[in-house]
Amino acid sequence: MRRKGVKVVPAVMAGDDNDEEELSLNDEDIISASEDEGGSDDERKHTKLLEAISSLGGRRRMKQTERSEASLQVSEFSVNADGAGEKVNLSDLLGTMEKTPGAPNKTKKQLRNLQNCKETLELPLSKQETEKIQRGLAYDKSSKEVSRWESVITQNQKAEQLVFPLRQDPTGPKRMEQVVAGWKAQTPLEQEIFSLLHSNSQPIHDPVLTPVEEASIKAMSLEEAKIRRAELQKARALQSYYEAKARRERKIKSKQYHKVQKKVKRRDFQKQFEEMMKTDPDGALEELKRMELSRMEERMSLKHQNSGKWAKAKAIMAKYDDSARKAMQDQLEMNKELTRKLVVPSDDDEEKSDGEAGALPDFVNDQEPITDSINPWMRGKLTKEASEPEVNAVAEETSTVARDEGQDKQQEEDEEEEEVENEEEKLLREFDRKRKLRQDEDDDLVLVPQEENKTLPVDGAEQVARKEVAGEDGSKISDNDDEDEEEEEQEVVSEFNNLFNRLMKKSNPVPAVQEQTDGEELLDEGLVRVRTMEDLEALGQDIPVETSRPELVSETGTPSAVSTSEPPNKKKKKKEIDPNEVLTKEAKVIKVPLVPTVVEEEEEEVHTEQTAIIKEAFAGDDVISDFLKDKRKQEEAGRPKVVDLTLPGWGEWGGIGLKPSKHKRRKFRLKAAPAPPRKDQKLPAVIISEKRNTSVAAHQVSQLPFPFQNSTQFESCIRSPIGQTWNTQTTVKKLTAPKVVTKMGAIIEPMSKEELIPKQKSSETKKGAAIILEEKMEKGKRKGSEGRKLLLQQKKQKQKKSKAQ
Amino acid sequence: MKVKVLCRNPDDYVRETTRDIQRVPRNYDPTLHPFEVPREYTRALNATKMERIFSKPFVASLDGHRDGINCMAKHAKSLSTVLSGACDGEVKVWNLSKRECLRTIQAHEGFARGICSRFCGTSFFTVGDDKTIKQWSMEPPGYGQKEEPLNTILGKAVYTGIDHHQTEGTFATCGQTVDIWDELRSSPIRSFSWGVDSFSCVRYNPVETELLASCASDRSLILYDMRESTPLKKVIMKLRSNTLCWNPMEAYFFTCSSEDYNLYTYDMRRLDAPVKVHMDHVSAVLDVDYSPTGKEFVSASFDKTVRIFPKDSGHSREVYHTKRMQHVICVKWSADNKYILTGSDEMNIRLWKANASEKLGVLTAREKAALNYNQKLRDKFQHHPHVRRIARHRHLPRAIFRQKRELREIKEARSRKEQNVRKHSKPDSVPLVTEKEKHVVTVVE
Repeated sequence: MRRKGVKVVPAVMAGDDNDEEELSLNDEDIISASEDEGGSDDERKHTKLLEAISSLGGRRRMKQTERSEASLQVSEFSVNADGAGEKVNLSDLLGTMEKTPGAPNKTKKQLRNLQNCKETLELPLSKQETEKIQRGLAYDKSSKEVSRWESVITQNQKAEQLVFPLRQDPTGPKRMEQVVAGWKAQTPLEQEIFSLLHSNSQPIHDPVLTPVEEASIKAMSLEEAKIRRAELQKARALQSYYEAKARRERKIKSKQYHKVQKKVKRRDFQKQFEEMMKTDPDGALEELKRMELSRMEERMSLKHQNSGKWAKAKAIMAKYDDSARKAMQDQLEMNKELTRKLVVPSDDDEEKSDGEAGALPDFVNDQEPITDSINPWMRGKLTKEASEPEVNAVAEETSTVARDEGQDKQQEEDEEEEEVENEEEKLLREFDRKRKLRQDEDDDLVLVPQEENKTLPVDGAEQVARKEVAGEDGSKISDNDDEDEEEEEQEVVSEFNNLFNRLMKKSNPVPAVQEQTDGEELLDEGLVRVRTMEDLEALGQDIPVETSRPELVSETGTPSAVSTSEPPNKKKKKKEIDPNEVLTKEAKVIKVPLVPTVVEEEEEEVHTEQTAIIKEAFAGDDVISDFLKDKRKQEEAGRPKVVDLTLPGWGEWGGIGLKPSKHKRRKFRLKAAPAPPRKDQKLPAVIISEKRNTSVAAHQVSQLPFPFQNSTQFESCIRSPIGQTWNTQTTVKKLTAPKVVTKMGAIIEPMSKEELIPKQKSSETKKGAAIILEEKMEKGKRKGSEGRKLLLQQKKQKQKKSKAQ
Repeated sequence: MKVKVLCRNPDDYVRETTRDIQRVPRNYDPTLHPFEVPREYTRALNATKMERIFSKPFVASLDGHRDGINCMAKHAKSLSTVLSGACDGEVKVWNLSKRECLRTIQAHEGFARGICSRFCGTSFFTVGDDKTIKQWSMEPPGYGQKEEPLNTILGKAVYTGIDHHQTEGTFATCGQTVDIWDELRSSPIRSFSWGVDSFSCVRYNPVETELLASCASDRSLILYDMRESTPLKKVIMKLRSNTLCWNPMEAYFFTCSSEDYNLYTYDMRRLDAPVKVHMDHVSAVLDVDYSPTGKEFVSASFDKTVRIFPKDSGHSREVYHTKRMQHVICVKWSADNKYILTGSDEMNIRLWKANASEKLGVLTAREKAALNYNQKLRDKFQHHPHVRRIARHRHLPRAIFRQKRELREIKEARSRKEQNVRKHSKPDSVPLVTEKEKHVVTVVE
């Protein structure tokens, strides 16, 4: 736009006083003209017109311009720069170019193009916006710059020990070169000696390290070397471990073991092969060929065909011996298997099987179904109740077993193998039971406070159950069937278990939250000033009161809840509530969830059948009675025992069939004082362990502290001692090393930028002097030993050159 | 009646032959011979108690100023030298080891607002209410000579703070604008302003030495780069922050002390929320200084206490107070990580140990080993209730204690109310705002 304006200016320049206005007017015109498409022609005409006009009244106008120029721009002292806006424009200077014949056409064209250029420049951004952009850019730049420190900072945060000041001169004796480097010959005698030495090009000192050593130091730092060594060690250890394992396995004589091993290998191979088919078809093909080859070999040979010496012997025995017969059968089986032609399964089949496996849970496939749509429990081997903890506790084992089982399905197993599997399963189940028992015990030991919490809600749950029972009691016609009752028991128990689990889950997060709030190291700021050991003792003793407060609350809470929930039982409160009564009698009938296909007509039949099945399924575990037994056992264990010190035959006649007299027995049986009443005396569904020692509990950590992820971690941390009594000197030093070490009286400078540069460089700078010296030294050496030859050669060359010249 | 008699059985202590080793009586009671964990636990408990008993942090008080101490500076090269400026414009140079004043200068008329030492330790700069920046030599003048500043720059407005570059001859002042000065020129080489008319503090980053940060009166923190012509970024907070301090070991962290009783640690790359909110003070926090190791910082507050915070912790690990110490206005952590200096309203500079129970002076190797072992034991058993209770106990003056309780109640009430509001309104209509997000209003680019 400006250019347009510029172009017209010379024409207007001849204008009168208010030429500025005209200029601006013209500007506008030009804007409009530029907006038009064919503006350039009009312009030309317009300018011509203007020129014509100016030429008409030329004289008068000329005078005027002269006058104005003189007044505005020309001074007798200096040239005035800020005139009336009539700046010298580029076009003024270049306008004559058009007319001069000497100028090349090319430049003229370019100029014309420039003048005709219609593009307008955009408005510059406002100051605020430009500043904002600048700020943004600068901030990004500096934050990027600052981010360089990230690695250093994280490293320092993770460091076991930090030593300040960061840049410390290495202690101990310095290397000779370093000491020498800063030293200069000052006295005349020294200078003389040095000049002599230098003139003889003697090496000033022996190298402390050989160049090879130097290079090796440079090549590998200590840490790298350590890492490398550790890697090597690990590799070696692994190798030796595998070797040992192989040797051990080779030595095992059990045929059964090897058979199983082989089977496993084969299975693995099969699996690998299948995978290979998916991922690497070429490899699979090759593998297939190899298998084909082995099959051919098998077909050719008489191996496994019961034609050998051993087979003949066995054949004789087979009549009488079962195992021999089996062995022979095995052989034949093997033969069959080896000679069986491999069928590559089509993709569709695979997909189908996959789909099935996906849709159904694993246990559906496990056992040959006793096809019973009625009984939900008979579908799987284990009830859901049992399987849940199993999954949690022995996830690995179950998963492996499940995998095995799945494969068994696919492969159509031998009978024998199935038997093995069954055995395995049995074992597994046993393990589970044992583990559960153990866990229960552990829970008793560990989770006592939680149990206390539990007491209240459990009562509530019980009450709910009973209410439901009461509601349905009228409608329900009791079968008075024992089996039925049992089933109901189980239902109730499972419900209980669910509730328990839920409560456990609920009760857990609450302390976690508390911990979060407590987690920050708040100071216990108080008005008490502690000065002596006694005060501190008192401080320590404050805690039990505090910690026991929540307990008290819960204890006070329980009776009230009980009283509100069980008004009818209030009279009997003194008596111990019999859980049998509470749990079994009034239990409701709960619809079994997975029985939609049962036809109503057959209901009764089905019902009896079902109960029979359930009875069968739960033949082993009677949960409630188990629980009661457990509780009784605990009570028994807690009761103080009568110590019998009677010695039969002492002071009276003794022998077979003779018992010590009543008097004596009374005298020598020591009765302990009765134990205080148990906390769970009146709580039928709970066992509260009495083993918790309150005096110790005050010293124990109630919640898992922050950095630890589980209690075992924390316990192991506490368990390992750090004192000198249990560790060697060096370990103690290592274990008790303080996190921050400062040097006394040393100023700790802020981190400098050299910290960013990797340490190799810094060592270089330190060794700078040494390197320089080494260079010198090398020169000296060359001159000394090999250098002589070189010198001789050089001399010869020079001589040759001179001759040539 | 049973009579107890002292009896000695020769079988217990007489050897069968003289060749036998001496029989040493031994008590087989298992309670007397506990295993390693109980043993270490008792040791840890004792170590904690000893630590509390020996925690006597107050070392010395330096008196001599005739008005409240407004600013302090560490000598860059000497541990024992400290400079302080008072509200009457008097500047004193102290020797800490002798605990005496070496030199007194009437530097300014009105407040001495800021003071800082040159990186080489040969001179120091002061700014005051008389709109001047003065450079003084660290060396006292000769006998009979007058105290004269090496250099005086007369400015147009009051300067409220000053800080010197870590390695170069430039320094920064703040007042109506943040100015960067060359030591050799009398006009600033750069002047930053961003819609604010008064700053309270400006600090150089000691690691990335070209970066600066300042606190402004419009509740904002502004970052600068000395090489750029514009400021970098601005955070506006709910309440004004008084001072700030960069972490000397971690380039992008800085902590500011705020009027709302808290301190905020920011990562300069993510200014939209502080990394950590440190709360414990019960009144405005007036000054903050990092330990030279960058692991902790100390804060001075209007509530007459000094608190030490680990840099990652939301609460303080230590609180220092004395009956006579009034509002603490400035605080410095000594360059050897051993001491803390506080300057307060009642004209005294106090010297504290940074580690309250530390033994001063040279330690023998065995002492050191024992201390390390005890420290480790305390760390190991820090979560045990008895140990924790003893280790955390601090005495507080009644006024502060009460105010703290009051604040806690206020906070609880607020959170309860918020919970109630959330309970009785549409789900998700009342958003959960974390403590960190609460205090930042906006980030201006």
